[in-house]
Amino acid sequence: MDPSRKRKVRLVVALGAAVCLAAALAYTSFSASSEAASPSELVEGKSYDVTGKVVHDSISRQGDELRFRIRDRDGTESVPVVYTGVVPDPFREGREVIVSGELSRGTLVAERDSLVTKCPSKFTEDKQTS
Amino acid sequence: MEFAIALVALTLLIAVVVTGPLRNKAGAERPSTTRIEELSAAKEAKYREIRDAELDHRMGKLSREDWRAVDRELRGEAIEILRELDRLEGRSVDGR
Amino acid sequence: MAGVGSACLTVGLLTALYAVGASVYGAITGRRGWVASGRRAIYCLAALCVAAFAILESAFLRSDFSYALVAEGSSTDTPTFYKVTAVWATQDGSLLLWATVLSLFASAVLFLTRHSLRDIAPWATAVLGCVAAFFLLLMVGWENPFDTLAVPPPEGAGLNPLLRHPAMMIHPPMLYTGYVGFSIPFAFAIGALVTRRTGADWIRATRRFALIAWTFLGTGILLGALWSYSELGWGGYWAWDPVENASLMPWLVGTAFLHSIMVQEKRGMLKVWNVTLICATFTLALLGTFLVRSGILDSIHAFGASTIGVQMLVFIACVIALSVGLILARLPDLRSEARLDSLLSREAFFLLNNLVLVGLCLVVLWGTFFPLISEAITGTESSVGPPWFERIVTPLALVLVLLSGVGPVLAWRRVTASALFRLFAAPAAFTAVALVVLLAFTEAAKSVPSLLMFSFVAFVLAVVGQEFWRGTSARRLVTGEAWPQAFSRLFGRNRRRYGGYLVHAGIAVLFLGVAASSAFVDQRDVRLSPGDSIRVGDYDVTYVRATARLGGDDGGTGAPISLGAVLKVHRGDQAFTLHPSRNYYSTSDPSKGAISRFFEGEATSEVDVRWGLRRDLWLAVRPDLVSLEEPIARADREFADSPGRVQAFVISTLARLYRDNPPPAAFRAIVSPLVAWIWIGGAIAILGALIAAWPSPEARLRRVRSLYAARVGRELTRA
Repeated sequence: MDPSRKRKVRLVVALGAAVCLAAALAYTSFSASSEAASPSELVEGKSYDVTGKVVHDSISRQGDELRFRIRDRDGTESVPVVYTGVVPDPFREGREVIVSGELSRGTLVAERDSLVTKCPSKFTEDKQTS
Repeated sequence: MEFAIALVALTLLIAVVVTGPLRNKAGAERPSTTRIEELSAAKEAKYREIRDAELDHRMGKLSREDWRAVDRELRGEAIEILRELDRLEGRSVDGR
Repeated sequence: MAGVGSACLTVGLLTALYAVGASVYGAITGRRGWVASGRRAIYCLAALCVAAFAILESAFLRSDFSYALVAEGSSTDTPTFYKVTAVWATQDGSLLLWATVLSLFASAVLFLTRHSLRDIAPWATAVLGCVAAFFLLLMVGWENPFDTLAVPPPEGAGLNPLLRHPAMMIHPPMLYTGYVGFSIPFAFAIGALVTRRTGADWIRATRRFALIAWTFLGTGILLGALWSYSELGWGGYWAWDPVENASLMPWLVGTAFLHSIMVQEKRGMLKVWNVTLICATFTLALLGTFLVRSGILDSIHAFGASTIGVQMLVFIACVIALSVGLILARLPDLRSEARLDSLLSREAFFLLNNLVLVGLCLVVLWGTFFPLISEAITGTESSVGPPWFERIVTPLALVLVLLSGVGPVLAWRRVTASALFRLFAAPAAFTAVALVVLLAFTEAAKSVPSLLMFSFVAFVLAVVGQEFWRGTSARRLVTGEAWPQAFSRLFGRNRRRYGGYLVHAGIAVLFLGVAASSAFVDQRDVRLSPGDSIRVGDYDVTYVRATARLGGDDGGTGAPISLGAVLKVHRGDQAFTLHPSRNYYSTSDPSKGAISRFFEGEATSEVDVRWGLRRDLWLAVRPDLVSLEEPIARADREFADSPGRVQAFVISTLARLYRDNPPPAAFRAIVSPLVAWIWIGGAIAILGALIAAWPSPEARLRRVRSLYAARVGRELTRA
């Protein structure tokens, strides 16, 4: 095989590998992904990554379970959540969280260890103007 | 107020520093001297390559024939660089 | 002084713009005076940024709350170390850090190349000036660190307790040095494209900066992982979080760049690839900075929709447009000088390694931006989690480690095919032995990817060992030196090569730790009362008693209350105790009661880890405050207006109440094998990189001699 033909073959192989990788990427990501939603958009029986804020005075702990209500970022509609697993340090009422789970009979049953809390950059709620 | 004073003071200071080279009119460099710097660096890199190839041969990665071939190629390239260097250096020393 | 600081930034912006103008004018007209003037402007810019940074630091150290930034991020009771480092915990401060590091690096590189690269340097100056000007503009226009408050508060809000960890405070400067460092080769690449000097000169001048940037970026990433493991309460070191990914992507492409520039230096090939790679690396570095500060992706780090997101996006778009435009315009000048002789050569394998690294980067990019991609394509926003990343990244990582073992054995241009067997015999044998040992004596076979990774790591280590041994004996044949001398001379005279091999070994060890700790981890989440015990890994862990500490926690972060546990651990005849705890910081939220605000502010998990070479035992506790809720509520009512001393006494009583009669607390215990090797492997890699970057004494001599030669030439022409 002369050199230029060899080079063309190599190029085709490389491009072929790239196409395969891209196809694998697209296929696996779309099938493994979970939909993001806010509490007001939830539909029963489907699994979501729910983003919202923790409603004030809604946090309670019963044994291993953490219960709280999650509401839309800019709304008031909220959904109760039952969660087990690691609770991130910044978790607090009023903070924005992401939790994965499925809505069942009006309550969001959360996947274990799926709670993520966003770090606040400033102590904006706690700032005092005295 | 503090801001305005500092602004003016710093601007003046920087203007003085920065226009220094503009005030001392140094003669324009011969373009060939920049080429000489670049060629010297390329020459050193080529010497390093020749030494590396010899090390590779001694470590058994290249057979004697292969090493001879590579060595010849590299030395040829080095000679080209040296020729170019000599040409430029000769020219600038004579002022021609 | 805030006014002076602010003036420094404004004058800095003007200076940067002048540097751009003067350098471009000097480059176009060929007038050296203007180029030198532009260079001096960069030096002045560095001085201004350092001055501004010093002013800001002194404000933090003095706890001067008239500065809005100090009032937000520090307080009088913040320990001094964290006062110093709180500067870059804020957006404004970190922009100033970026600009300062950039101007210092730019000054260094321009000083070192002031007599060489006469054509390219002015354009590089202009590019660096533009980048600096952008960051200064962001500060002057939107996020000024020197904003003052008309009425300074008596006390600042304090540094977020999660950030009060040494690794977390060194992590941002490391990352930024990494990001900024890549702007130097980028600027020179643009200069090379503009002036059509697309040979290897721009690479030779900036190679060290690229390597230093890569090292700092890698260190920053490692520190972030270490912080996550030892400070956060989940016990892992990598979560495929968008911000983590944002720092990994430029590192991956930067690694590819470091390899492919060697191919251009030696063979004059891959010119288009190299300029594309460095533009991509710099763009990803900017993207990394942008992602942390824009809130565009949901992440634990999201700092909320930021005020500078749009500007950064515009700047990144400009950088991409400029890069693509220039590369396309100069394609004829970027033709390869040579062809690939043989697939059995270092060049070919470097190309392969590049493809894998870029592939890895694309995978991470896809996964990180998937929420935006899926929304654009399907209309609904979806995201992928760590399991997807791990599934796709693992095979690529395996291939990468294998390639890193093959590369060092091959020579440039070609390897004699008949020599291949001899060259790979010993490493292959070593790998086979390791595989047999693993299968016979460990449970490694339970996880096929881990087994493969262990074998490949053994292969890489064998190859590196063989290279050192063969190189040293080859040298001894010629010079007749003793083994130690020959070894150190070999290293000293071939720093790039052998430093690089050391990096490969370090990365292999790192992957060993990653594979072992991912596949063979044992984790328990339990609720224990004093006296209970559990078994995790090979350890028997018993919860002995609760602890309460006021006013001074072990980590030195200044927490008012620290509640924790003492646990006794047994393993065989080994016995030790662990003391995990939880720090409670007060909040100034006015809706909270006088006493309860000490328990309802931020709280951080202070993890205790028993480090070991073979395994780590990691423990975290989350005390249950439910039994204290009633007493706290009562205390809020009765002691709302009491003086501080009485309130402190009340709090100490409550803490003691917890300690003496604790309800069951939640514990997380994790036994991870070989985690320590991740940090050890990283350290080895960093050492190797530093050796590779170290200037060799001969090079210095040669540089000095060539400077004199240039001077002789100059003076002769003037005469």
